[in-house]
Amino acid sequence: MFLFRFKRTAKLGLKSLWMHKLRSSLTTLGIIFGVSSVIAMLAIGEGASQEAQAQIARLGSQNIIIKTAKPPEEQDVSGQDESMREYGLTYADAERFRNSIPNVEVIVPSRLIPQQAWYRNRKVAIEIVGTVPWYPEITPAQIKLGRFLTSIDLHHKQSICVVDEKVVDELFLFDDPLGQDIKLQSDYYRVVGVVQSQSRGEAAEALGGGDSAEGKGQGANVGNIYIPLTTVKNRFGEISIQFSGSSGRSVERVELQEITVKVGSVDEVLPTRDTLETLLDRFHKKNDYQVIVPLELLKQAKATQRIFSIVLGSIAAISLLVGGIGIMNIMLATVSERTREIGIRRALGAKKRDIIMQFLSETLMLTLLGGILGISLGSFIPYMVQQFGKMPTVITGESLLLAFGISAGIGVIFGLYPAYRAANMDPIESLRHE
Amino acid sequence: MRDRDVDKTNKTNGQALRMDRLCKSYQLGSMELKVLRDIDLTINNGEYIAIMGPSGSGKSTLLNMIGCLDRPTSGDYWLGGENVALLEDDDLSLIRGARIGFVFQSFNLISQLNVVENIEVPMYYQGCSERESEQRAKKLADMVGLGDRLKHRPTELSGGQQQRVAIARSLANDPLIILADEPTGNLDSESGAEILKILDRLHNEGKTLIVVTHDPGIAKTAGRLVELFDGRIKRQPKSE
Ligand SMILES: Nc1ncnc2c1ncn2[C@@H]1O[C@H](COP(=O)(O)OP(=O)(O)OP(=O)(O)O)[C@@H](O)[C@H]1O
Ligand SMILES: [Mg+2]
Repeated sequence: MFLFRFKRTAKLGLKSLWMHKLRSSLTTLGIIFGVSSVIAMLAIGEGASQEAQAQIARLGSQNIIIKTAKPPEEQDVSGQDESMREYGLTYADAERFRNSIPNVEVIVPSRLIPQQAWYRNRKVAIEIVGTVPWYPEITPAQIKLGRFLTSIDLHHKQSICVVDEKVVDELFLFDDPLGQDIKLQSDYYRVVGVVQSQSRGEAAEALGGGDSAEGKGQGANVGNIYIPLTTVKNRFGEISIQFSGSSGRSVERVELQEITVKVGSVDEVLPTRDTLETLLDRFHKKNDYQVIVPLELLKQAKATQRIFSIVLGSIAAISLLVGGIGIMNIMLATVSERTREIGIRRALGAKKRDIIMQFLSETLMLTLLGGILGISLGSFIPYMVQQFGKMPTVITGESLLLAFGISAGIGVIFGLYPAYRAANMDPIESLRHE
Repeated sequence: MRDRDVDKTNKTNGQALRMDRLCKSYQLGSMELKVLRDIDLTINNGEYIAIMGPSGSGKSTLLNMIGCLDRPTSGDYWLGGENVALLEDDDLSLIRGARIGFVFQSFNLISQLNVVENIEVPMYYQGCSERESEQRAKKLADMVGLGDRLKHRPTELSGGQQQRVAIARSLANDPLIILADEPTGNLDSESGAEILKILDRLHNEGKTLIVVTHDPGIAKTAGRLVELFDGRIKRQPKSE
């Protein structure tokens, strides 16, 4: 019975909305924009949040990353003098970590050297990662083909390498990379394995840190070639010549660019970080290192993203509120315009709640229509942002439900008052109206 | 949601309604404006009553009172054995819809609805099904001679035609009492006469008819004349 009534009430509402097509569509516009901005903002916020979290998670939440940083007091001294500058992390540091921190799972020292890799007549800019066989334990990247470095490689300073998929794509095209030789400087290295790309550069950028001399100025998105640390030390040494500006150059000596410490559980990350910092502080007179804790960054990122989402959501909510007030305004105008009709209906047997239902359903139809159109528009905006703004967006089911619920809620909240006004008008006075 | 069974047959020995010392006054600032004073009025089923009186004497107020659009300030109003003063707003709506048919001077059709839809309105509020009410609406339109104007909007009809739609609408729920407030007031004499003929026919079919009018012609057709003067009933020949 109720449903059957509802169908006719809806029909009646549609009819009178249709009579004022322009007015109805202009009113709906407010809701459309409100709902679509809610959805778009939530999608953009969620996308940014997931992206940042994924980048940080790639660094590993159980890891503590210590990077070599150029000490600030030396940066000003520009390069006419050719005296050698020594700074940064050392093998001794790695050894000290190993000896003085009990709950360490692995310690991975790395040399990072930007280079050009040759294969036949093809050339590509890469970053050499001189490291140890247990490097895979600190990264989610998986071995795709062949194997990773082994202790034997390390021990014998083998001229072998493991490349990531990006290098494979750019150098080998359709050739099988395994067993091929890549040329770095004047030496050849045999490819023994392929690992997933893990875009170390991007991740480092997301951290706002990664100020190491090597990382800087390089295209962030280069492939990596992993070579035994001992081999790298042998072939490339530890001395590099830096060209600073146009005027001069300086010679620097850096043993390690990075030491990654992985602890057994997430709970041990922060205490271990403190121990590491005291240790580093004791042995480094210069401020030539930087400690990055992905776990902390993850927490921070989540907190910022939450605030970001709340702010975006509030802005969208305000636009919805404005839309709702617009609807209420129009409905009040409609009610006073149709005072006489209300009087007639009351005289012909309409109860107060019949009148309420009539106007409420009109408002609801306006807002739900606005809600549906808003959801379509709101889903389209993030799509465009993703296509042309190269920004990840994520539309969650909850945000759609939320937007729909909000538009229905607005219909009821902002529709009730005009409907009550209509229902409580005195029938005789309404009949006399005009 | 189908209405509480409205008692259409009268158990109060043929009395359609009865008013006892009924008063209506409006509060205008500190002044009390008495519009109806001590109205004693009994109307039997099937009567044809004309209410006359000078402008402002309270005729419309009395008619609205009879039609349960208004409540008395004091006194009693019994409609078919029910004390209207004791009823809730929803009950009054129900009575208006089921037992009373209104015909207004200015027609009061709903402009966005066509002829059939206008006639259907009272049935909608009584919970009639769509098919049932549409059929009945067409029949009623036919009865008042508008069978070929079913889809017309009120603005596409003449005054006389509009008033005929209004009469058809007043009959939608087959009420006992038809109330008409100057039904010919806005019409030329020819369409007015037509309306009167229809009203007369309804009376002959057994409806109780109460008509407010300035037209002495109607007063003559009516079975009884109630004359109002300054809120009081001036002269009331004994009803048979
Ligand atoms: N809501 C109101 N507030 C105050 N006074 C009112 C109200 N409604 C009616 N009146 C007064 O009640 C008196 C009677 O009004 P009513 O409409 O019943 O007169 P009437 O006899 O129908 O006159 P007419 O022949 O001109 O239609 C008038 O003096 C009017 O001013
Ligand atoms: Mg009047």
